[in-house]
Amino acid sequence: MTLFERSAKELQEGLHNGEYTIADLTNEAFSRIEKLDGDVQAFLALDKENALQRAQELETIPTEQRGPLFGLPIGVKDNIVTEGIETTCASKILKGFMPIYDATVVKKLRDAGMVTVGKLNMDEFAMGSSNENSAFKTTKNPWNLNRVPGGSSGASAASVAAGEVPFSLGSDTGGSIRQPASYCGVVGMKPTYGRVSRFGLVAFASSLDQIGPITRNVYDNALLLETIAGVDPNDSTSADVPVPNYVASLNGDIKGLRIAVPKEFLGEGVSEEVRQSVLAALEVLKGLGATVDEVSLPHSKYALAAYYILSSSEASSNLSRFDGIRYGFRAEGVKNLMELYKETRAQGFGDEVKRRIMLGTYSLSAGTYDAYYKKAQQARTLIKQDYDKVFENYDVIIGPTAPTAAFQIGQNTHDPLTMYANDILTIPINLAGVPAISIPCGFDNGLPLGLQIIGKHFDEETIYRTAYAYEQATDFHKQTPQIWEGK
Amino acid sequence: MAKLSKEEVKHVAHLARLAITDEEAEKFAEQLGKITDFAEQLNELDTTNVEPTSHVLPIVNVMREDVAVKGLDRDVMMLNVKEQESGQVKVPPILED
Repeated sequence: MTLFERSAKELQEGLHNGEYTIADLTNEAFSRIEKLDGDVQAFLALDKENALQRAQELETIPTEQRGPLFGLPIGVKDNIVTEGIETTCASKILKGFMPIYDATVVKKLRDAGMVTVGKLNMDEFAMGSSNENSAFKTTKNPWNLNRVPGGSSGASAASVAAGEVPFSLGSDTGGSIRQPASYCGVVGMKPTYGRVSRFGLVAFASSLDQIGPITRNVYDNALLLETIAGVDPNDSTSADVPVPNYVASLNGDIKGLRIAVPKEFLGEGVSEEVRQSVLAALEVLKGLGATVDEVSLPHSKYALAAYYILSSSEASSNLSRFDGIRYGFRAEGVKNLMELYKETRAQGFGDEVKRRIMLGTYSLSAGTYDAYYKKAQQARTLIKQDYDKVFENYDVIIGPTAPTAAFQIGQNTHDPLTMYANDILTIPINLAGVPAISIPCGFDNGLPLGLQIIGKHFDEETIYRTAYAYEQATDFHKQTPQIWEGK
Repeated sequence: MAKLSKEEVKHVAHLARLAITDEEAEKFAEQLGKITDFAEQLNELDTTNVEPTSHVLPIVNVMREDVAVKGLDRDVMMLNVKEQESGQVKVPPILED
């Protein structure tokens, strides 16, 4: 049994009643990690001493100055910079890198009184769907240690699913929050592009990346998004749009909600168990007063190809900064500057990162630019228009988050294209820039399945309202993996 | 567009500043060939008069007051630099001697 079974609200009550202290909660995170992380392998770095010291300091803040997440521990994905805590993006090329400032989201967590306990594993530079592309360790799925936790925020989802921490931050470029949330049976939100500042998020694909919260329930997720969202002068792509009080709209009422279900999301490649769980979820929502219609997003099948061209092109540019000169790994025994660049990058990057850098470089080269990069940008326009059109008549779009439950470790590593196919239902959402959540909606042989709820630009509120109503009517989110009790 | 040749992969690796062995070039040529083949399906789309999307939000020209703000200290910025001399970043020779 762990305190992290409780919601943020319940945790606050315990603090308030003197049942435990902030230091106790911080210690609980470290003792859970000590007990379980040998199996789960979620954390790359821990910051125990500072976290415990901070817990003591927070204790002195009077209750009336405390917000709903005050004193609660959180884990942060390792591509979000944390001053004084090693940040590697799970890449050898950043081994030993000590950030000299905090990302805006990390600063906001601190301002809210949260305690960052450590950094979470991921696919190298967020490129991958299984955490198998980490240069340091392969995180395991807490529901079955032979399965992947998903990726790239695999450890962000696994650490919450295992009850090591009650909250985490991930990042999502093509599904990297939602797919692992689905595989690990937790709640993961990819906010609208521009909703959350990317300042201090190590860039993968700048026009697609968003930071978002991973939690055990919808209410806590809404609280955490509210905490990290908002315009930031340090990120000129963050949007100056007011951040609503998300939890205020969580009343369980979705009467009259208009739900669109794209036929492309339940077709070929989607497992029967996933299909059935989504259909059952739609029945639940109908029972709560929503209407459900089938729609078409005709350009969905082109999203995967467009995504890999665009995200790799942006990555090839963003990752050019890793040259061995100013930070991170530096190759030795080189003759000149060109060799230093080439050897540092060849030895520092893993194969998937190299593949994408080369694909991007190729797509942007003279002679291929129009055929690949520009064509993919045009496809992106068509995909975005599909979503705009459906949202003229509907409040949310619903489908599965991933085509199957979590796959076996090692099952998809031989062929990049079969690995990429796991993200087929999440990628179009990033291309359109709209927000989407994954919430638990069933099990397939003991492995969690996720329901994806997609909303209009900057309408996370309706997503949360829908997700909350569904969650209240079901109990999938209350289940915990066997490992939770310490096996 | 045809499959990528080993020579093309080596050229791209050079542009991307990645040292690459013959063996790797062969492996990447095959894998990248499969991915670009897959990307060929975009050619089915009629994109005549379709504007390319580089950014989904209509944000343009984010302005701020032209006021100087203090940046990070140089000492702090040099913390992660492996080789340095007199407060400056040191690199190997740029030109062959």
